[in-house]
Amino acid sequence: MDAGFWVLQFLNALQYSMLLFLLSIGLTVIFGLLHFVNLAHGALYMMGAYLGISAAALTGSYWGAFVLAPLGVTLIGAVLYFTLIDRLRGAGPMNQVLVTFGLIFVFLDIARLGWGDIALGLDAPAAMSGTSHLLGVAYPTYRLFIIALGALVMAVLWIILSRTQIGAMIRASVENGDMAAAMGINVGRLFFAVFCVGCALAGLAGVVAAPVFSATTGMGISILIPTLIVVVIGGLGSLQGAIVGSLIVGFIETVGAAFLPSFAAVASYLLLAAILVLRPQGLIPARGA
Amino acid sequence: MKKLFLAAAAASLLAVTGASAQTKVGVLLPYSGTYAALGNEITLGFNMALEEAGRSGEFELVREDTEAKPPVGLAKARKLVLEDEVDVIMGLVSSGVLGAVRDFVDGAEVPLIVANAGNDEATGENCSPYISRVSFSNRQVSGPMGEWLAEQGVKTAYTLAPDYAAGHQMVEAFTQKFTEGGGEVVGGEFTPFGQTSDFGPYLTNAKSSGAEALFVFYAGGEAISFVKQYGSFDLKEDLPLYGSGFVTSPLYVAAEGDAAVGVIAALHYVPTVDNEINNAFVETYKAAQNKAPSEFTIQGYDAAKALMAAVDSGASDRASIAKALRGLKFDSPRGAVEIDAATNNIVHDVYIYETVKEGDGLTQKILGTIKAVRDEPHGCQLD
Repeated sequence: MDAGFWVLQFLNALQYSMLLFLLSIGLTVIFGLLHFVNLAHGALYMMGAYLGISAAALTGSYWGAFVLAPLGVTLIGAVLYFTLIDRLRGAGPMNQVLVTFGLIFVFLDIARLGWGDIALGLDAPAAMSGTSHLLGVAYPTYRLFIIALGALVMAVLWIILSRTQIGAMIRASVENGDMAAAMGINVGRLFFAVFCVGCALAGLAGVVAAPVFSATTGMGISILIPTLIVVVIGGLGSLQGAIVGSLIVGFIETVGAAFLPSFAAVASYLLLAAILVLRPQGLIPARGA
Repeated sequence: MKKLFLAAAAASLLAVTGASAQTKVGVLLPYSGTYAALGNEITLGFNMALEEAGRSGEFELVREDTEAKPPVGLAKARKLVLEDEVDVIMGLVSSGVLGAVRDFVDGAEVPLIVANAGNDEATGENCSPYISRVSFSNRQVSGPMGEWLAEQGVKTAYTLAPDYAAGHQMVEAFTQKFTEGGGEVVGGEFTPFGQTSDFGPYLTNAKSSGAEALFVFYAGGEAISFVKQYGSFDLKEDLPLYGSGFVTSPLYVAAEGDAAVGVIAALHYVPTVDNEINNAFVETYKAAQNKAPSEFTIQGYDAAKALMAAVDSGASDRASIAKALRGLKFDSPRGAVEIDAATNNIVHDVYIYETVKEGDGLTQKILGTIKAVRDEPHGCQLD
């Protein structure tokens, strides 16, 4: 195993971490702000992939899918918000979990009816279909694009949350919603906006993942578990938590897969159990969550 | 009025006797989950054969979804036998589910026509006079690939497969034949089944092994992800991909796109097999479905062919159907086939094929045919 091997595995881990980040940030912020457990988040990721495939067929370009799929998923999210989620906010976590868990199966069947049972592929844009040379190794260009995109989203969210007025309002509402409302922040509208951004990011993750993983009806369920692990490990409601959690889970799963595949499947669960026992609030929780 | 009543009575009597002459078939396949598409394709092939023969009315089908999960499959098999009282069960996609229902159908003495699941043991050490297979055994598919690869002068190979019964059996048979032919398997990995979406780490390991060739078994959604990711790592030059043929099955090779071009694999059927029956079959299928058939279609189709042949030979109940299937010979689109009287497993040709471009789409170019591949009994005793 030469240096090239380690660079490749490092990039593999980073790429997977970034996908996990795109998914978990939406889930964690929605939870932190709305105190709402949205298990259907994985289903939105799946819808992002399928809508992306249709949008690519329609526009004839990957970039058409890249723009349209997150918008389509946001629209689905908005409909869900007004029909179910807003009404369930005071209904307690058990009802929320049951309803959103049910939504997973509703979306699964929508995907089966609309796109069939056979997994579908989405071609990466032609410019990114090959490999690029980086740090002495040839690595798929599209995977580098995922890493770059993840880093960009991280940076943008960081700046918005820490440097802008909207960010201050969001942080205030996460910490103490009632107080924020008393200070004149329209908490309801803010919630809706954040929920939409979370959905858009799930859709983005779906369309970005489709060329690598292909779209299957089971993808929403299988990604949900690692995403929840990220959220619990990182700490609910915080950007830093999502970043740290994604990197930890991404690296553990990749390194595990590379060296001990039979152990890889349980490694992150072990970590999850350890965190729940030793630090149940997560590594970097938001202060109010 | 009296006449009318008599006529009605006679008609209803006719309907009753008509129904009792029907053979009740339990169709036990995954219609949801990873292998749903395979279940649908097998059902399609099964119905095609019945319709083509104009005999759909003779068979009453009871469909049950295994979800490709062993406990669910076993519960559904029990339901078909105890509640629906079927005469015969057809289906099974996952080797795991076959393993789970094996003892039950054997004990209940219900004939089971396996239309996909390749679990070696079901026609090997754990064979049963009630289990016959018209699809393939795992050994039968991957063994010839190992043999052929060694004949091409390839010396070293690395293997990847999902971590469940079929994956282990496929790799084991490949390794055995490849080694016998003078090759050496320098390393390999079993990936968590159904939980692996990123094959990057495994591909990186395979590359750093320095092997000349990569042999894999993946099917369904995993096959699509795997081949696409293999393509994105640009490994075709350094580490050419070989597989048991499901990795580039005609059923979903279109979703794999250009990444599948050049992949060489072994399979008991591809749509380009050139014989009269197959040419006619492919034409009918394409006219109806607007795509090429796959090995799964053929397996369903041949399950119906075998069942009809058994019924034609006078079999009517569970015991006689099971008996009639043993040693049965018939012509399939994949060539002449036979249900081995020693094991109840199918004997058929295995094709080594390369996925190549044809116009906008992909097709299968046959590179070699290994005639009448028979799986050894491995301790199977039917009597």
